[in-house]
Amino acid sequence: MIKHISEPELRAWVDSLLEGPPVYAPQARQGRFAFDRLRRSADLRLDYDVTILPPKKYFLPQQETLVRFTREGGFESAVEAEPFVLFGIHPYDLVAINQLDAIFARAPGDAHYLTRRHAATLVVLDVETVSEHHFAGGLGQATVDGNRDFDAMLTRLPDGSYVAEARTEKGRTLMDGLADAPDAGPESLAAREEVWIRNRKALRKHRLTMAPERIPELLADAHDHPIWEEKGALCYSCGACTLVCPTCYCFDVRDEWNPGLADGERVRTWDGCMFTQFAAVAGGHNFRKSRAARYRHRYFRKGKYVWDMIGEIACVGCGRCIGACTANIANPVEVYNRLQEDTP
Amino acid sequence: MTLAAPEPLADVYLPRPARVEEVTPLTDAEIFFRLRAEEPGMVHGLPGQFLEVTVPGIGEAPISISSSVTRRGHGGDDWTWEMVVRRAGNVTAAMHRLAPGDRIGLRGPFGTHFPVDSRETRGRDLLLIAGGLGLVPLRSAIQYVLDRRRDYGRVTILVGTRSPADRLFIGELAEWAEAPGVRVLETVDTASPDWDGHVGVITTLLPRVEVDNARTTAILCGPPIMYKFVLLELHKLGLPDARIWMSLERHMKCAVGKCGHCQINGRYACQDGPVYRYLDIARTPEAIG
Repeated sequence: MIKHISEPELRAWVDSLLEGPPVYAPQARQGRFAFDRLRRSADLRLDYDVTILPPKKYFLPQQETLVRFTREGGFESAVEAEPFVLFGIHPYDLVAINQLDAIFARAPGDAHYLTRRHAATLVVLDVETVSEHHFAGGLGQATVDGNRDFDAMLTRLPDGSYVAEARTEKGRTLMDGLADAPDAGPESLAAREEVWIRNRKALRKHRLTMAPERIPELLADAHDHPIWEEKGALCYSCGACTLVCPTCYCFDVRDEWNPGLADGERVRTWDGCMFTQFAAVAGGHNFRKSRAARYRHRYFRKGKYVWDMIGEIACVGCGRCIGACTANIANPVEVYNRLQEDTP
Repeated sequence: MTLAAPEPLADVYLPRPARVEEVTPLTDAEIFFRLRAEEPGMVHGLPGQFLEVTVPGIGEAPISISSSVTRRGHGGDDWTWEMVVRRAGNVTAAMHRLAPGDRIGLRGPFGTHFPVDSRETRGRDLLLIAGGLGLVPLRSAIQYVLDRRRDYGRVTILVGTRSPADRLFIGELAEWAEAPGVRVLETVDTASPDWDGHVGVITTLLPRVEVDNARTTAILCGPPIMYKFVLLELHKLGLPDARIWMSLERHMKCAVGKCGHCQINGRYACQDGPVYRYLDIARTPEAIG
């Protein structure tokens, strides 16, 4: 099911979706963009460049309850999720979500993540406005390839109309409201193809000098490269790069009492390997005590360790870390290009 | 890539209820616990594995199993675990306030185990080396081996402790030494006036033991610094890396290979550790940090 629709038709369709389960979509927030609950189609910003936080927050929230406990030692699972629509995901963020899907499904699977993920309908949106730090093109993630897991896809054509394609049963159900719209003809499909070709070239604000598959190999030989010390020496250990990263999934778990202290909740919150105490153990030993060791760990995770697990580079080229880093040391392209330069 | 079929999926983070059955202080800082599951369905686990222990409202901590499955009723629902907990963080401090009858939560057991049930050890001489709290998980392996004594060759147990006041399982050390073909050697780093045993770091015991390097499997459990020096000595004795096993301590927070806290380079110690064959981690830079 591939439809060709005008901007007003799109808005009317989105308004009809708002009568159903919650829709989360990109909206303007103080000069930038964020995914948030959509209340009216007029707030939808399909021309966004990049959101402050990636949409992973709907599957791995900043804070979520894992288990409810009572003081007497009763425990109850808090796995729960209501259906929702995640609307307007850029291709690189979809890649990140699919990587997290694979990681949280690896045995033993994480019921909290997977239940939420199954409750979601994912609508991908091709990039219209390139951000100053996008480099997904060099990683092959500027557009969606055929093997990704999502439900529908939207592309804005240069004339301001849209091509909407359903990819799954969920996607077809979501597009019920477009049943009367014309099917996309060869011309609009060709125009969509042009958008993809343009985006693959345009999302290269930083230029990777190697094929992405070369990154795990470069890192394998780079454990003692001076760059970790050089860049790490400037790191504030603030963790901003990890918190805005669409593929970071490390977490902390802690218990919180409810008022009255009769019961409470075990909550999971985002954590990051750039924080000083992340690899500390009881008794005081810290297995990644130096900033250089933590900085190196992050790039190895992105470029090698996740690759070793699921065969993908855990950097999708969104560029959020580059913008978030106060010390200006978080550009992955700079790091990987330097390793490439220094590797015979 | 396709998502696995939805539900029903067990919640791997859900603790199961258990009760504290025995609380016995061993030293100023370490308490021995016996815990009993309140529901059927859990297994005891093998030497080297760990449990996540919940004190409701305080949190969860990974604690090594110190008892052996060979001393627990097989197949029944009567599962108890022994462990020794040093007061170090919030959860272990809260555990030190527990009394018999108190309710806690358990998840696990998790992780890899010492190779007590395989050709790595069966029919071979065993060199078991414990430093400090490392004796706690190693006790599980020692009990297992002594309960199936005839499956193994000569057994040598080396135990190093900071000072006489920190010694653990003193009575059991003497019992183990009585078993046929078992040699137990102890040392303390710093002696007290009443100590008449060996004094020195654990490597000073190695010249006193006879090691047939073709027949011996070594199992180490202690702090990273002990591994560095013991490995040097074992290499001098001609023991190959493939015959050396060790447990790596990390903070296993989720225990299901997700949260990242226990990661050793690309490995999740909670899932593909904490027990490793040294050969498999010898070239992993963060392994013995």
